[in-house]
Amino acid sequence: MNLAVKPYDVARIRADFPALAMEVYGRPLVYLDNAASAQKPRVVLERMREAYETEYANVHRGLHYLANAATEAYEGARETVRAFLNAASSDEIVFTKNATESLNLVASSFGLANIGEGDEIVLSIMEHHSNVVPWHYLRERKGAVIKWAPVDDDGNFLIDEFEKLLSPRTKIVAITQMSNALGTIVPVKEVVRIAHARGIPVLVDGSQGAVHLPTDVQDIGCDFYVFTGHKVYGPSGIGVLYGRKDALAALPPFLGGGEMIMEVSEDRVTYNEPPHRFEAGTPPLVQAIGLGAAIDYVNTVGREAIRAHEDALVAYAHQRLAGVNSIRILGHARDKGAIVSFAFPNAHPHDIATVIDRQGVAVRAGTHCTMPLLARFGVTATCRASFGMYNTMEEVDKLAEALTRAQTLFS
Amino acid sequence: MDFEEIIDNLSLIDDWEERYRYIIELGHTLEPLPAAAYCEANKVRGCASQVWMTTEIGNEPDPVITFHADSDAHIVKGLVVLLLAAYSGKTANEILAVDPRGFFERTGLSSHLTPQRSNGVASMIQRMKNDASRALAAA
Repeated sequence: MNLAVKPYDVARIRADFPALAMEVYGRPLVYLDNAASAQKPRVVLERMREAYETEYANVHRGLHYLANAATEAYEGARETVRAFLNAASSDEIVFTKNATESLNLVASSFGLANIGEGDEIVLSIMEHHSNVVPWHYLRERKGAVIKWAPVDDDGNFLIDEFEKLLSPRTKIVAITQMSNALGTIVPVKEVVRIAHARGIPVLVDGSQGAVHLPTDVQDIGCDFYVFTGHKVYGPSGIGVLYGRKDALAALPPFLGGGEMIMEVSEDRVTYNEPPHRFEAGTPPLVQAIGLGAAIDYVNTVGREAIRAHEDALVAYAHQRLAGVNSIRILGHARDKGAIVSFAFPNAHPHDIATVIDRQGVAVRAGTHCTMPLLARFGVTATCRASFGMYNTMEEVDKLAEALTRAQTLFS
Repeated sequence: MDFEEIIDNLSLIDDWEERYRYIIELGHTLEPLPAAAYCEANKVRGCASQVWMTTEIGNEPDPVITFHADSDAHIVKGLVVLLLAAYSGKTANEILAVDPRGFFERTGLSSHLTPQRSNGVASMIQRMKNDASRALAAA
């Protein structure tokens, strides 16, 4: 059978993103800071406007038309997220304000119930500070011990070394699906298999993974999975915590307030079932609706098609950047997503980012909230170009040209 | 280097790339600090790149303060030269009297720097003003 392959129409995709038509300093914007946050397609903005104009009231227990409309739209977004993650039930989807809050929720609540002095938490050296600092709290407050799963000099995750870290004291593994600094993809399904064989639960940080990789939480088998809306082309202010039904049910509440309780009296409080137990107060409901629209958009473009396009971009970026004088690329993992970190011996990453900004090229420079990882590689900062569904090969060329030109200032 | 001279030179350059080139070249004139000065205690907080600064306070009633500083980034080094020209070797009262906003406007630099970088400059200025206040209080 001859399957007609739909070509990836990047120009048409770009036309859906108003910000991409911008010029900065009189030059076309080349936006390569997607790992920090992605631009938004018009459908997300329009859906949020529609929600504010025709479906807006506070959610849940409303007894009027608009409250019901808002609740339906909000719960509809929860179902969209459930399908995106292939969770078994929408009760396993908790809305938060970002991935950081999701991670803090698990570390705090799981830690309260399960972690004491001398208990061990296994992280990878690639973790974002959001998946480090909440565990440091347990180290500081409860005397827990953090163990760090290493990477090799190319940034490959070393699964055998990871396995050696697991002990009878290991209470949880919290690990990224894809490094925000190196692009390394972690074989999280294998991590879960190894940890579960010892009865150790696993939290997967999908902040980058949800944007670029498959997110079937039942296939991965993890206990918890977190991601954030603004990186998957959705609005800021909305995050997600997936918890398998039994895993979520075993967690004590995190924030207290309205909606998360069953009953409150002067000397007693009982808590609601998940997911509402973890959604204290008025949730970011319009942001959740916007996230639903963003996921619909991603699904329309096609996640496999996006992945193939981004793979081609990152391969081309490696090829083009390798031709830039004296560049050092950090991260040559065999399995790698759409992120390229690099540095130059004769200029600080901030110098480089500042200069290429004037050529319209937006990259990030700094620690990328991964100081343990940068220490591992003996650097204090890198530049990072990160790609999204709407970036083009021509933009990779512009990055390489801007870097070459910047180099003349520092040589 | 004289502050007014730097400002005059900068004001003559229209092209952003040449402005950066000039600032980077200014940075090359900066003398490194003694090795021991590159320590945590001397770091200026709030800078996107690393900046180290040391302070010498004179014995005058309105003490003359000399600053030394360095950075690991070229553009920031150039800005350090500019800031030292504006603030170092002045009396504490003079340092407190220099208006940072006027400084930014006169150098025309604020629009050429990322906000994070501007914050770095602002942090350095804050640090020098704090040192000046403390020196006056102790004098």
